[in-house]
Amino acid sequence: MPQVEVTVQHEVGLHARPAALFVKLASSFPCDITIANKTTDGQPVNAKSILSVLTLGVNKGHTIVIEAEGEQADEAVAALKELVESNFGE
Amino acid sequence: MSERKLQGIAASEGIAIGPAFRYQPLHLEVPQRKAASPEEELARFEAASEQAREELATLRDLVLERADEESAAIFDAHAMMLSDPMLQDEVKKRVEAGRNIEQAVSEAVKDIAAQLSAMEDEYFAARALDVQDVGRRVLRILLGLPDTSLDKLSQPSIIVAQDLTPSDTARLDPQLTLGFCTAVGGLTSHTAILARTLGLPAVVGLGVEALDQIPDGATLVLDGSEGVVIVDPRQSTVKRYEKARERQKARLAEVQAVAGEDAYTADGRRVEIGANVGDLDSAREAVQFGAEGIGLLRTEFLYLQDTRPPSEEKQVGVYRAIFEAMEGRPVIVRTLDIGGDKPPSYLEFADELNPFLGWRAIRICLDDLPLFKTQLRAILRAAVGHRVLIMYPMISGLDELRQANAVLDEVRAELESEGLEYAPDVPVGIMVETPAAVALADVLAKECDFFSLGTNDLTQYTLAVDRTNERVAKLFQPLHPAVLRLIKQTIDASHAEGKWTGMCGELAGMKKAIPILVGLGLDEFSMVPRAIPEAKWLIRQLTSDRAAEIAEQALSLGTAAEVEAYMHQILEELGG
Repeated sequence: MPQVEVTVQHEVGLHARPAALFVKLASSFPCDITIANKTTDGQPVNAKSILSVLTLGVNKGHTIVIEAEGEQADEAVAALKELVESNFGE
Repeated sequence: MSERKLQGIAASEGIAIGPAFRYQPLHLEVPQRKAASPEEELARFEAASEQAREELATLRDLVLERADEESAAIFDAHAMMLSDPMLQDEVKKRVEAGRNIEQAVSEAVKDIAAQLSAMEDEYFAARALDVQDVGRRVLRILLGLPDTSLDKLSQPSIIVAQDLTPSDTARLDPQLTLGFCTAVGGLTSHTAILARTLGLPAVVGLGVEALDQIPDGATLVLDGSEGVVIVDPRQSTVKRYEKARERQKARLAEVQAVAGEDAYTADGRRVEIGANVGDLDSAREAVQFGAEGIGLLRTEFLYLQDTRPPSEEKQVGVYRAIFEAMEGRPVIVRTLDIGGDKPPSYLEFADELNPFLGWRAIRICLDDLPLFKTQLRAILRAAVGHRVLIMYPMISGLDELRQANAVLDEVRAELESEGLEYAPDVPVGIMVETPAAVALADVLAKECDFFSLGTNDLTQYTLAVDRTNERVAKLFQPLHPAVLRLIKQTIDASHAEGKWTGMCGELAGMKKAIPILVGLGLDEFSMVPRAIPEAKWLIRQLTSDRAAEIAEQALSLGTAAEVEAYMHQILEELGG
C-alpha cells in the first residue's frame, strides 16, 4: 500500500481551512485513506473525517503519514502530499 | 438599581447603548423512551440529517447576504461535520447498543466535543462548539421543534448570552443588533469574529456570574474597546458614552479620509509608513491599507514550504511579483531569518538548548554560502526596475556586516560576468535587534545605508525574556525604558552619519508607542497593514516639538508600567 510522510508547514497546522481542504480532497477518492501524526506518535485515523483529522492535533512543523488502500490509492497519496507541500495553495 | 460595571475581554471596537436582550437557547430534552429497532432509529437520524443539511444550506445563503464569505463558510463546515464518518460511526455504535436516536446523537456529540475541548486550545474549543451546534440542530429536528434562534429581536438591542453559536446568530438582523456581550469566549470565538465582521461592538468572557447581573431589558452601555459593560448606567454615564461614541465615529471618518495619503506630522515632517509583508497576498493588502512601501519583506515563507531550498528562478519570480504589486513603492527585503525554533527540513540543526541564541539568521547564511548567494542573486535580479533595499537580520557586529557585504560584492561580480541583468545599486541595511548592534550603532552606521529596529527580538535580548515562555511573558515589555533608550541610541547614531532608521517590530504599529517614536526621530515605521490608517491619523495629530517632549518624558520614567500609564494619558489628550 502506498504511504508517504510529509511535514506540514502551514501557519495554523492541519486545522481550519487546511484541514477542510485536506478532507475534501481525501473524500474525492474511492480508496480508504488514513492519516497519522508521526510527530506525536498518534494512531492512524480516517482521512475523510474532518473530526478525526482535527483530533490528530497536527501543528506547524509536525510530520504526518498518509496511507491509502484500494482503487486509486497511488493517486490519492500523491495528490494529498502535493496539497500539503504546496502549503494548501497559499 | 444602581450602576454596575462588568469587565470582560475587548473583542470588537465601538460603543453601544441600548436595552439588553437576554438570549436563552431552546431547551432540548432528550427523551428516555425505549429504542425501536436500530434500523428504524437510524432511518430517523438519516431523515433528520437531511433536513439539517437543507437548513444549513439556507442559512449559508442568508449569512452570505448579510455578512461575508468567511462567516457563511461556517455552515459549510457544519454540513461537513454532519456527514462526518466519525460522527456517523459514534451515533451508529450507540444505536446498535440499544440507545434511542436522540440519546445516541446527544452522547456522540458530547463525546466528540469533549475530545476537542481536551486539546486545550482556543481553536479546538471553537470546533467543539461547532460540533455541539450541529448536534443541537439534529436533536431539535428529531424533537420536532422549529428553528428560531435570534430572529425574535423586535427593537434595536444588545444581545446578552452565555455564548453564541453560528446557528444562534445566523438569523440575526444586523439592523436590530447594537452589540454583543457573552459570558464565555475569547478573541477568536465566533461571537468576536462575527462582531468584527459586522463592525459591531462586542465584549466577551464576562464570566458566568456576571450574566446574572444583567436582567432582560436593562439599559446597557457596552464599550468594546475597553471590554466594559455598564448595567443600569446613570444618566451622566450615558451622556459621557454618547459623546465618546460621537467622537469615535468622527475619528473613524477622519482616519479613513487620510488613509490613502502620505504621512506627515502636524508641522509637516515627513514620516514614512510601510507594511510588514510575508507574501504576495499581504503585499496587495498593504497597498489597500495605504502602505507607502514595504518596510519588512519576510522571505522565510519561501524556505519553509518545501523539502528543499527554493531555486533562484522561483525566488526571482516571487520577489518580482511582490515588487510589481507595490507599484513603484520601495520594498525592504530581509534576507533569510530562520533558526532552530522553525527549522526547514533540509537544514541540519543540532538540538539547541536555546535556539534564539543559536544558529540562526545571518549566522546560517554566512555558514551556508550557496544558500545565501542564491537569495542575493535572486533579489538583485528581481530588483531591476524597482525600488529595492536589502537588509540583513540579527547582525551583532561589524565583521558579520562586512562578510555579508563581501558576499554581495561577489554575487554582483558573478552576475556581471554571466551577463545577467541585475540592479547594481541596491541600498543595504541591517536589522538592529541585538543590544550589541545598538552599542556599536555608530560604527555600523558608517558601513551600511540604513537601520531597521526589530523590537521584538531587541526586547527579548535586552530584557533577557524568552517571549515564548509563558511564565515570563508578562516581563516582555517593549515599552520598557531600557528598550526605549536603546531605540534612541540607534536613531541618534544613524542620524549622526546622515543615515536613517526605521522600525519593523510590533512596537512600530502600537498607538501608545508611536508618539514616542516620532519624538525620537524615527524615520520610517513598518507595521501590519491594518494598523496603518490609525498610525497615519495619529502622526497627523502630533507636532515634532510635542512629540519630542513626549519622548523625553517617557524616557525619563523608570518602569514600563509608568510609560504605559503616561502614554494612556497622552492618547486621551490626542483623542486617540
